Amino acid sequence: MVKEIERCGIPVVHMCTVVPISLTVGANRIIPTVAIPHPLGNPNLTPEDEKHIRRNLVERALKALQTEVHVQTVFEK
Amino acid sequence: MKKIRVVHYINQFYGQIGGEDKADIAPILKEGFVGPGMQINNLLQERGEIVATVICGDNYFNENLDEATDTILGMIGQFNPDIVIAGPSFNAGRYGMACGAVCKAVSETFNIPTLTGMYIESPGVDGYRKYTYIVETANSAVGMRTALPAMVKLALKLVDGVELGDPKEEGYIARGVRRNYFHAVRGSKRAVDMLIAKINDQPFTTEYPMPTFDRVAPNPHIVDMSKATIALVTSGGIVPKGNPDHIESSSASKFGKYDIEGFTNLTEKTHETAHGGYDPVYANLDADRVLPVDVLRELEAEGVIGKLHRYFYTTVGNGTSVANAKKFAAAIGKELVEAKVDAVILTST
Repeated sequence: MVKEIERCGIPVVHMCTVVPISLTVGANRIIPTVAIPHPLGNPNLTPEDEKHIRRNLVERALKALQTEVHVQTVFEK
Repeated sequence: MKKIRVVHYINQFYGQIGGEDKADIAPILKEGFVGPGMQINNLLQERGEIVATVICGDNYFNENLDEATDTILGMIGQFNPDIVIAGPSFNAGRYGMACGAVCKAVSETFNIPTLTGMYIESPGVDGYRKYTYIVETANSAVGMRTALPAMVKLALKLVDGVELGDPKEEGYIARGVRRNYFHAVRGSKRAVDMLIAKINDQPFTTEYPMPTFDRVAPNPHIVDMSKATIALVTSGGIVPKGNPDHIESSSASKFGKYDIEGFTNLTEKTHETAHGGYDPVYANLDADRVLPVDVLRELEAEGVIGKLHRYFYTTVGNGTSVANAKKFAAAIGKELVEAKVDAVILTST
């Protein structure tokens, strides 16, 4: 899906936990996330801390969208 | 004749530990066979036996790739196997990645043959076909009865060191390994025969299929995020409470498009997941954990992004065929272009 939307001319950032799958399906901008059933959250944390993590990950996604890339890139930090 | 020692790798489901709620269990070692291993053991007859079974949760494996691999190698090593069989995983994404990774690590560490079974569209096929033998299976466990005999047959050949023929005849997915051999008919004649068949619309098989590199080059980056419209898309199955369009929990035949105007937060009361391939508890309690509407609203209010697109698009990425996923995404992409969306955040579980 990532690849087909990218094909339409829109930059896509893929936020997912299993990065090898993301690489296999051809995502160009990849943000590794927390866990498979809750990629953008962590139920073990307080709601405030959980949201903080989510915001941090989304900010990284936005940063990835503002970064020029030429090959598949995993944004670790 | 010494019995062939087999170690079998399976996930928490086939290991009879539990479903998605147990997908986070760390590797467990059991002596003898478990679950589908019983049938493998029967098929091996006098030739061999499953001496041990390693069971690991699909989430645990994929979320802790290095650690899980090390632990599993340690467990397998104790048993001095002649071969390791994983799965079959059919069309299960995470399980397939785990089977492939275990086979690759075992082959490289112990220098013994490994083999698994997968449906051709499983992501594990692309990831690991080069490193192990993958018997082609049906897309669900309905194919267990045909998969296991094919796997055992190939396993015995691998242990016996029998020279394998064409992958298609042997029933495994081509690994991309080239081997020299003498053909009864010389190359020029074969090429001309093929050409004549082609001219006459007769079937023919190429001897060198061109690899398909279906890659899309990255689009240019966003220059001014504060003016950009961002759309959310997910394969994590987030839908309005009650799943109004009845998106299937696996093998989805459709995608949904839902209005989030006025939503600053997704809650237990408003949204849930339709996805049947992961433990839904966390997403059902707070769908922002999969589709971060709350945070994007904040960023919108702060002017970090220009706008969050009014609609989000969703489907269930669980055993969904590649053809359907492509079709959904092409339709979604077209609408997003028409709506002048500048960039997409796509989340997957």
